[in-house]
Amino acid sequence: MLAHAIFFYVFSVIAVVSAIMVTVSKNTVHSVFFLILDFISISCLFIMIGAEFLGMIMLIVYVGAVAVLFLFVVMMLNVAQQKNQWFVSKNSSRHIPIGLLISVIIFFELIIVIGGWKYKPDLFNSAKSSLENGVSNTHSLGQVLYTDYIHVFQISGMILLIAMIGAIVLTFRQREGVKKQSYLKQISRERTEGVEVLEVASNKGVKIDD
Amino acid sequence: MIDIGLGHYLTLGAVIFSIGIIGIFLNRKNIIVILMSIELILLAVNINLVSFSIYLGDLSGQVFTLFILTVAAAEAAIGLAIIVVYFRNSGTIRVEEIDKLKG
Repeated sequence: MLAHAIFFYVFSVIAVVSAIMVTVSKNTVHSVFFLILDFISISCLFIMIGAEFLGMIMLIVYVGAVAVLFLFVVMMLNVAQQKNQWFVSKNSSRHIPIGLLISVIIFFELIIVIGGWKYKPDLFNSAKSSLENGVSNTHSLGQVLYTDYIHVFQISGMILLIAMIGAIVLTFRQREGVKKQSYLKQISRERTEGVEVLEVASNKGVKIDD
Repeated sequence: MIDIGLGHYLTLGAVIFSIGIIGIFLNRKNIIVILMSIELILLAVNINLVSFSIYLGDLSGQVFTLFILTVAAAEAAIGLAIIVVYFRNSGTIRVEEIDKLKG
């Protein structure tokens, strides 16, 4: 129990600090790195609490794919060199107090909701346990995911496909003046349009214009 | 303090959620940081779902976390594609200078 507490506090402090650094950091590349650190510490928390499969998936999906995608875009757009100005114009600093106010209100609302949960301990015991002992987390998740949630699972696959197509369509651009090989043109060439047989008169030759 | 319960995890989720919202409002830099703040918010939601799932002994929370993960990845891909196209067209992704809609 003590180890649980120590690990929880260590990882959650790292997560909160790096989340703050994501928003505060001046360099966008540093923000991405802090985002990676945040995801890693949260996935450690997940693994510690007993959701190993989700922790590993978070590592793979976020650290392996999404964060690298962010880094790629940040470096490609070269926004790290844009000198960012905080509170520079009157126009932007107008939003900041109200934004802070709204965030603080949301935070305290969430804390009130959590307090309500803490004082209702009977709700914890009311749910039926579907977490069996002796079966690993991945195993039980797979048993549920491919039976009860199969349609949702397939729809999420469709969402990924649509996202992929959408990203490609959005960023695709046709370049002018690039010579490309057209397989269709090459294959569909026929003999009649490629070769012409001419009658050549003797001593005169034939003149080919084109 | 020593006994870590559901409330601790929910508080952590609330803190990260609020930091994400502060990040959206506070950020005057570029849109990519706003997308990262959205990822933080989704992460807070995931923390809530997973901790409820573990402490209530119900597996559905983890299944839905998986789907949130999927949707978040799709959202990041589409959002970054839109940002790339916008940068290509207008040459900037600073939040203040994106005011074509005059909103």
